[in-house]
Amino acid sequence: MSAHAPSGPVDPADAKVAPKPALRRYHAARWDESLIFEQSTPGQRGVLPPALDAGIAESVGDATASLPPALRRQKPPALPELGQQAVLRHYLRLSQENLGADLNIDVGQGTCTMKYSPKVNDQLIRSHKLARLHPGQHDDTTQGVLEILWRMEKMLAEISGMDRVTLQPGAGSAAIWTNVAMIRAYHASRGESHRDQVITTIFSHPSNAACAKTAGYEVITLYPDADGYPDLEALKAAVSDRTAALLITNPEDTGIFNPRIKEFVDVVHSVGGLACYDQANANGILGITRARDAGFDLCHFNLHKTFSTPHACGGPAAGACGVTGALAPFLPSPTVEFDGERYFLDHDRPESIGKVRPYTGVAPNIVRAYSWIMSLGAEGLREVAEIAVLNNNYLLTEMLKIPGVSAPYAKGKRRIEQVRYSWEELAGETGVHSEDIGLRAADYGVHYWTSHHPYLVPEPATLEPTESYSKADLDEYVAIMRAVAEEARTDPETVRTAPHRSSVHRNREAALDDPNVWAVTWRAYRRKVLDAS
Amino acid sequence: MTPLGLIVNPVAGLGGTVGLKGSDGAQVQRLARERGAVPRAGTRAALAVAELAARCPDAEILTVAGDMGADAAGPRGRVVCERPETTGPADTRRAVDALVAAGAGLIMFAGGDGTARDVLDALGGRVPAIGIPAGVKMHSAVHAVNPRAAGEVAAAFLAGTAHVAPAEVADREGDAIVLYGLMPVPRLGERVQRGKVGSARTGGDDLAGIAAELAAHAVPGGLDVYGPGTTTHGVLRVLGVDTPPTGVTAVSGGRCLVADADAAALEGLAAGRPGVRVIVSPIGGQGFLFGRGNQQITPALLRGATVTVVCGEAKLAALGGRPLLVDTGDDALDASLTGYLPIVTGRGRRVMYKLGEP
Ligand SMILES: Cc1ncc(COP(=O)(O)O)c(C=O)c1O
Repeated sequence: MSAHAPSGPVDPADAKVAPKPALRRYHAARWDESLIFEQSTPGQRGVLPPALDAGIAESVGDATASLPPALRRQKPPALPELGQQAVLRHYLRLSQENLGADLNIDVGQGTCTMKYSPKVNDQLIRSHKLARLHPGQHDDTTQGVLEILWRMEKMLAEISGMDRVTLQPGAGSAAIWTNVAMIRAYHASRGESHRDQVITTIFSHPSNAACAKTAGYEVITLYPDADGYPDLEALKAAVSDRTAALLITNPEDTGIFNPRIKEFVDVVHSVGGLACYDQANANGILGITRARDAGFDLCHFNLHKTFSTPHACGGPAAGACGVTGALAPFLPSPTVEFDGERYFLDHDRPESIGKVRPYTGVAPNIVRAYSWIMSLGAEGLREVAEIAVLNNNYLLTEMLKIPGVSAPYAKGKRRIEQVRYSWEELAGETGVHSEDIGLRAADYGVHYWTSHHPYLVPEPATLEPTESYSKADLDEYVAIMRAVAEEARTDPETVRTAPHRSSVHRNREAALDDPNVWAVTWRAYRRKVLDAS
Repeated sequence: MTPLGLIVNPVAGLGGTVGLKGSDGAQVQRLARERGAVPRAGTRAALAVAELAARCPDAEILTVAGDMGADAAGPRGRVVCERPETTGPADTRRAVDALVAAGAGLIMFAGGDGTARDVLDALGGRVPAIGIPAGVKMHSAVHAVNPRAAGEVAAAFLAGTAHVAPAEVADREGDAIVLYGLMPVPRLGERVQRGKVGSARTGGDDLAGIAAELAAHAVPGGLDVYGPGTTTHGVLRVLGVDTPPTGVTAVSGGRCLVADADAAALEGLAAGRPGVRVIVSPIGGQGFLFGRGNQQITPALLRGATVTVVCGEAKLAALGGRPLLVDTGDDALDASLTGYLPIVTGRGRRVMYKLGEP
């Protein structure tokens, strides 16, 4: 108890109230670090590779001669020149300016499933048994890792109910793309390439619409019904003999599970379309329900979400696609096969869509995910889902005690693994927007995310606590939200001009929206920013 | 910094609290007061001013004396116009003129559709305006979502971070909702989402995409009839056709045949064409497709045409799931326009959206 606590008998009503978690006096590191290219000093070196032994040099000859002439560089690449210590210092500083997943209570990045990635699994990755392997080695010398890939496929097939699984895609969106490519190949193989429409929902992850569009499909989006469920009648109106597939998430990004999902699948099947399940939101349903049980033809998981591997900024992460036997011929090549004695790569797959990533995928992440599943077992996976759902509904209950926030749709129902909240009431009252709340949350050392566009839920916020966070963590997060909402009423200026204790103040957001200004490479930065000024 | 002009219609919203359909006209206002209505435009304007002051402490506010602005503006208001005896439409227009003459670069007005019309008449597009929602009828798209948001938009405009785009002023005339004109209104760019995929022009209305989609499905020699509204007008401008946004425009092969066409002209042009497309977007906040403000598009024309509804995703989301409405005056036609319609939101992009009965 603090020194200011009143003495005397405790009112029993008060005794039940948990003490308010104290807010952290957080401040991010601020290094004002320049780009590594700007730190380059000609002639500095981190490593000086030794010259080749004469014998080797002689027997190899001109190594570059084996490259096609068009691929040979005319000039050496313009890489920054720095000593080792300068490089280490640079990246350490950047990492300190980052509110990383291992640093904050990362429940605010809803839809991202920011769970703990066990560090013990990294030891496996660093072991020479994996680190020294080259994916181009002959199968005979890579039996161990091939066995892991093969077993991993079997486990994900069991978890999803599907017949075959590929581990090749490097992220969730890459996995959705792979599924769309297989859907296209499937219809083409049956002479049904006239199917040029893909249906999705507005609360499914937008990668679904984006991948379908990229593959040349016309995209039809369904809006929710009044209760927030995907609108089955709208689906019935949308399907036709032009329907190639339905791409759908369940639970959607609202955390609402669609109990009529099988009917959706049936409607699409009735017109000859395929049903494809985006299972990147599977964290609350592991071991409880499966894609195949609802009749889906394809599905995908994000190993970097549900199965604990690092997210890796959109890749190299790891996606896995599961398909029924009818779609198996179209899986990316090669597949990993086992003949009862040895594991091998099968490249002889005439109907395959080809490669979506070199070799067999992002091996380190597949090994991490494999280890994670093995350490939990079947009951453990189900327990993950149960705790994730429990955590989410605890967070929901506590969040709704904060005046000004609501959880639109499916009133009175529980949510699965995440919730899309709305601060509409608080914004109307104070003029403080959800984005402002997120920036102010950074001053307390936590992440926060709004929603994809368009904002169907006004002033949105999406929180997903996963199974990784303790009750104390969740209480701290809610205390931060409550404090910021209070500040919005008493001191809106501070919230609106946040962050004040972060590494950077505000980004020039308009620049992020303008292809003429944004620069994601040094070369683009030089051209668009330095040369222009 | 350019000064802002604040004008409050002190009787706006009077009718709403006592169950009247509007507050236009002295008789309705008297009736409303008799029923115990209290004016609320002033308090709502004060909220907008507070928000403006918080975000833009240097803002200078030019205004009208008394309950037409000065009361709400508080100490930072500078009166440049006396309060007229009466507060009818002509008084509003004169007061707006005075604010502009005194140097106002943006008009912030508290009122509903009627006030918006008066402000539009007075301004004629000379300076932009933003509405503080305070009226009974708000079919127009020139009001901020709430009073504070009006202050926020005004502050952004004064700071130079808002862009100005035309928005619809609509009003009820009898049973019909009529598009009255377009008013330049400052808009805050959709805030860029954080922490997820880098967004590229998210949320904005994809007019170029819609235009490309329409072009891809055009029938050679066919007739395209564009209804009134900001979206259709924007699409036409992408096609290089600049016609009055309040009227119906007939186009064929990328060429404008008639601007501001009437029913007879449209039916005449449609006769014998290989294909007729009627291209409309939901009008105002009510989401009417037909029967409000575009009665030139007759049941006779519609019967021989295909209907294409175009709408940006952000605008569609703003309808909050409410169904789109159709009231052509022909029951059979209305019945054929029920259920779900694929709305064109961009190139190769559609949203299945519900049609309902008015
Ligand atoms: C439901 C859903 N599907 C797909 C994706 C895309 O995955 P990735 O970011 O790995 O491309 C995400 C990512 O957040 C997701 O939440």
